[in-house]
Order: sequence, then C-alpha cells, then structure tokens
Amino acid sequence: MFRTLTRRHLLALAAATGFATAALTGPSAALAADKPFITVASTTSTEASGLFKHLLPAFTARTGIEVRVVAQGTGQALQTAKDGNADVVFVHDKKAELEFVAQGFGVKRQDVMYNDFILAGPKADPAGIKGGKDIVAAMKTIAGKSAPFASRGDDSGTDRAEKRFWKEAGVAPKGDWYRELGAGMGQTLNTAAAMDAYTLSDRGTWLSFTNRQNLEIVVQGDPRLFNQYGVILVNPGRHPTVKAKEGQAFIDWLVSKDGQAAIADYKVGGEQLFFPNAASGS
Amino acid sequence: MGDAFAAALALIAGADETLVEIVLLSLRVTLSALLLACVVGLPLGALLGIVRFPGRGPVVVLINALMGFPPVVAGLLVYLLLSRTGPLGALGLLFTPGAMILAQSILILPIVTSITRQVVEDLWAEYGEQLRSLGSGRLRAVPTLLWDGRHSLVTGVLAGFGRASAEVGAVIIVGGNIAGHTRTMTTAIALETSKGNLALALGLGLILMLLALAINAAAYGAGRAARRSAGL
Amino acid sequence: MRADPAILPLEVADLGFQADGRWLLRQVSFRIEGGRSIVLGHNGAGKSLMLRLCHGLLTPAEGQVRWRGPGGGDSVRKHAMVFQRPVLLRRSARDNLLHALALAGLDRRSRALRADAALDRFGLAALAGRAARVLSGGEQQRLAIARAWAVRPQLVFLDEPTAHLDPAATRGVEAALEVFRQEGTAVVMTTHDLGQARRLADQVLFLHQGRLLEQTPAPRFFDTPRTPQAAAFLRGEHID
Repeated sequence: MFRTLTRRHLLALAAATGFATAALTGPSAALAADKPFITVASTTSTEASGLFKHLLPAFTARTGIEVRVVAQGTGQALQTAKDGNADVVFVHDKKAELEFVAQGFGVKRQDVMYNDFILAGPKADPAGIKGGKDIVAAMKTIAGKSAPFASRGDDSGTDRAEKRFWKEAGVAPKGDWYRELGAGMGQTLNTAAAMDAYTLSDRGTWLSFTNRQNLEIVVQGDPRLFNQYGVILVNPGRHPTVKAKEGQAFIDWLVSKDGQAAIADYKVGGEQLFFPNAASGS
Repeated sequence: MGDAFAAALALIAGADETLVEIVLLSLRVTLSALLLACVVGLPLGALLGIVRFPGRGPVVVLINALMGFPPVVAGLLVYLLLSRTGPLGALGLLFTPGAMILAQSILILPIVTSITRQVVEDLWAEYGEQLRSLGSGRLRAVPTLLWDGRHSLVTGVLAGFGRASAEVGAVIIVGGNIAGHTRTMTTAIALETSKGNLALALGLGLILMLLALAINAAAYGAGRAARRSAGL
Repeated sequence: MRADPAILPLEVADLGFQADGRWLLRQVSFRIEGGRSIVLGHNGAGKSLMLRLCHGLLTPAEGQVRWRGPGGGDSVRKHAMVFQRPVLLRRSARDNLLHALALAGLDRRSRALRADAALDRFGLAALAGRAARVLSGGEQQRLAIARAWAVRPQLVFLDEPTAHLDPAATRGVEAALEVFRQEGTAVVMTTHDLGQARRLADQVLFLHQGRLLEQTPAPRFFDTPRTPQAAAFLRGEHID
C-alpha cells in the first residue's frame, strides 16, 4: 500500500503541474487560436500620449485583428523587432528605421505622421531662453550656463534627437547640470518637473502629461524639431513567425484615408497631437 | 494623497471594466506563478531539508541568496529565453501572461524553497527518529513533513505572493505592458506615473495594497482557525 | 492468533557503539525470548542507546543484533518503539494511527479497521478526532503505545515512557502495557522508576557505564543482585 500512497502523491503532483502549465499557456493560447493578433513594438511617446487607445479599437473593429502594443524606447523597440518578437515597428527615428530596413530586418518603411518636439523648462527660466525659436542656440545657452537639463538617456527616438542637437550645438553634454535618467518620456517629465530642469519632449506626451508643475514650453517651432513617425513590417524572411498578412493590414490601414483621419482626429484638450502625412494618404 | 484616495475610491466605485480586467490578470498571473513555484519549490525545499549530500551547504546558501534576485535580471533572463531568437522562442510566449507567470515563478521559487527547507529541516529534527522507527525513509517522509509543516509553510507562500504581486521590473520586460493583454496592477501604476497621473497611480497602488491585505487576512484567518482546531 | 512467522528470539552479540572516539556501549550480549525485560542503570549508562541499536535506528560500531526466529530475516520490521516524549504528527489521533499503518504497508480498508481497533483497545475511541497534540501527556503516550500496538509488533521497545508523567498517567500507561502482556508481545523497556520496574519486570538488564553487568530474573535481581554496582543502584547510590 506504500506504493499506492506514492502513486497518489505523484498523481496530485502531476495534476498540479498540468494546471500550472495550463495557466502558463492557457487562456492566452486559446485566445490566440480564435482571435488573430499582431504585436507592435512602438514608443513610449505614442503609448503615453493615448494615441493607441484612440486608434486601435477602430482598426480592430474593422479587421477583427487585435493589436498588442509593446511600448519601449525606439532603440529597444527596434531590437525587439530584430529579435523577431514583434510583427510591426512603429517608431520615430528615420535614420535608424532606414538602417533597420537596409539590414534586411524590415520589409519597407513608410511615413505615417509627425508631430514636433518642444523644449520644456522651468517658468523661472534660469538659462533665459524662453520664446526662442532656435533649438540649437537654446541648448548651447543651457550648456553655457550649466542650467539643469534632464535627458531621457534611453536611446529612444527623442533621446537620439536630443543627442543630435547637442552635436549640432558643438556641445559634449557633461557635468553636474546634465542628468541622464534612462527613463521613458513621462518619467523624464516627472523628474524634470521635480528638479526644475529643461528637457526635450515630443508634443504628444507633453500635451497629455498632467504633472507639469512649474514646467512650460520654452522653445518650439524650429523646423529641426520636426518629429517623423514611420512604420515598418518586420521581414518574415528573417523571422517566419512574423504575421505578415495581419501586420501589413495594420500598416495599410494606418496609411489609408481612414487611418490617417483617425490619427488627425485624436485630440487632447482640443489640441491635435499628431499630423498624418503618409505618402499614400488617399 | 487625498487625490489618490479619491482616485482609488472612484476606481472602485465605478467598478471600471478595465480596472477589473487588470486586477483579474494580476491575480491570475501571481497566483499561477505561486502555484508553479510551490509545485517545484515545496518538494525541492523538503528534499534539501532532509537529504544530506556533498555540496548541500553551498546550495542552501545559493538559494537563500537568490531570494534577493533582482526582478529586472529575472525578467531579462526570461526575455532572452522566450525571445524568438532564444532557446524557447518557438513557444511564442513572449509578451503573454505566460511569460509573466514564468518570470514571477522564478522570483518566488527561492523564497518558497528556502522557507520550506527551513521548516522541513526543523520538523525532521523533531520527527526523524519516530518516522524512521515507523519505517519511513527520508523520501517517504517528504509529504508527511510538508503536511505537518503546512501552517509555517503558509508564511513562505504568502511571502512569495507578496514578492510577486508587488513586482514590476520583470513583468514589464517579459509582458510588455500591453493594454488589455499583459497590463497588471504594477505595470499600470508604472504607466500612469509616466503619464504624470500620480493620483491615479497612487489610487491603483492603494487597490493593490487592499488586495494584498485581503489575501493575507484570509490566509491568517484560515490559518488561525485551522490551528485552533489542531490545537497548535 | 498471529500468522506472521516469529522473529524472536532476539540475540545481541558483542554490541558496541562509539561517538567521538569514546565507547558509549561495549561488549553487550544478551538474548530475549519474550516476556518483559526492564533495562535499568544510571543516567548515561547507555540504556536508550542500546534500545536504539536494537531497534535499528543506529548502526553498531561492532557486534550484531540478530532476530533469530524464522521471520527475523524479513525486511519488514516486526518490532516497534515508543519514545520518552511521544512524537505525534500535527493531525488527529486517528490520523496518526492511519499514517503509521500506511507506512507499515496496509491497504486502506485494513488501516481503518486496525486504527479503530487500536483506539478501542487503549480506551482512546472518544479522542479519535481530536488533534493529537492537544491531548494530555498521558493520553499522548497511550496514543503512542496504541500506534506501536497497531502495527502488530512481536516486540516493543519503550524508552522511559512514563518519565514525564504524573502518577495517574503513569498508571494509565502501565495498564496499556498490560495489553502487550496479555497478547504475548515481548517488551523491552527502560525506566528510572524502581517501583515500576518491580511491578512490570520479568527480567532485568542492568547496564553500568556502557557494559551489561546483569541479565537476571526480576525477583532475584531485586532480592540479591549479583554485582556490587547493581546493589548500590538499588540502594540509590552510585559506585564505579
């Protein structure tokens, strides 16, 4: 009977293991079976601005395809896609995007929309740059006066844009005043607000951000602050698991008249956050 | 702080569908991870508690140390494991609740194992001679000791639950914080914080605390009732 | 009434045990055919140690413990042990018995029958569902004895089973031991209670500093001990 007892314990163990395995794969697997979905690697700025919440239901209602957005910095999003963990990338660093396609990771890059960056800073404006239009000159002044500057420091599209401006300004940002946070856009705005620092933000996140405290826009309108978003289908030739058909459907919809209209439609506090500019916007 | 309470109350009162979904997913992920960790950790800890083998000391120290394993590192390891380019990529588990369950169970496993080892080791010291007299080998003693240590083991299991339910670093990496799919209480809090919705974030945090409180109170109550009837 | 082949007599030859290079027991030889053997001796004489060696909980450094009967070679043990402090599991009295019977290899039905029989036999039926750990000291020890009885041993070792009990509980335990005598189950028991030894013993094993000095029928041991050490022990004195 010793054997029976052992068998009983083994059975219990097997049942528990089975349950656990079912829990691991369970409902999500079942869901995947009857409802198609794609995974989109995108940026924190699009997620935090609330754009996806506005866009995706319209697309899913039309196609029945669920879109799962993983919001990361542009660099991380591209890496996620390179590893085959996403079907579509939707980011904002044109140079890196073109490189991604050139390396064979993506099929094709298409413009979707743009917004612009703004330079936010404390009302007190210690660098005295408020109202300026020249982003490069403004950043040179900040560096010159060692006014606190909060940098994303996360290799995101915004971070890369910021680094580009420093380069154009001929400044190697270093020192106590320059604070690399390694954080997403919203987190960086929280921190900048808390330490009265200047920071570069995309307008979308800025408009939907509610914890501004003393921060306000100090520089905007420079053509160099233009922030283009592009979309790429991950190359199914590289990763056979990529859902090319569904992914392409999403891209096609984004650049279609309907998709572009939906983007233009998204407003926070009456202000439009993103401006559609797809080439095939018809 | 007042705003946070107001936000929490509004969330609860509204029984917001999204909130319910997030809470249920959080519970499902954490409880599944806990179950998985127990299925592995309880027998493993019990064996460590009563079986003597060369190198046992270092193994015990290692498992104790792993109780402080950084969640982000656990998340990263699971990410690399489940990534399409990783060894288990074919499962397609990345950015699913399954991935989060796996990551959390890795975080909890050392806690469950370690506490089980301690409980079973102490019980074996008390029972060992009697059980051997009754003809029980060490392996056969494992279920007996686990059952008799159940009240102490609950503490370990609750500690595991606490660690898993409060954790954000691992689940955000392997789950991706996908709205409606892998967004849990903690990743939602992280997101709302990043949006600057501090009151809402804190409100969510309050709800998470209440959940933890409810579960611990239930476990405490059940344990007390069981102990009273068992006279312990 | 017992179908199992007998394991007795128990033959112990030149038994020795050492710890940290010191001999705690040495050159102990005796033979037990049945009846009630009481092991006497001062603290540290090696009484508990000898019981554990005979029961197989410890491995002797030298010498042998042999069960000479035809059933003595079986792998299943047909002897049981009751410890000074009863070790009961954190479950009901009845479940403690069921657990022991499961370990003894009985099927589910036989376990239930045997457990209930044991509870009845030792007057514990009313306590069957009670948590074993809330029972009184005497009840716990009786339950431990019932547990030993339940597996149908041919010999029971008891290591000072009444050392922690008050006189009433001690009488209860002694009454429980009467069951073994009636059924012809051999008993080997240590005690510090000389009155108890006189009441129970058929023969006495007297241990002194790890050596067995006497194996004597009880009346003779108590009237005319052969060794001066035993005589001193009976007077409540200690000589080397």
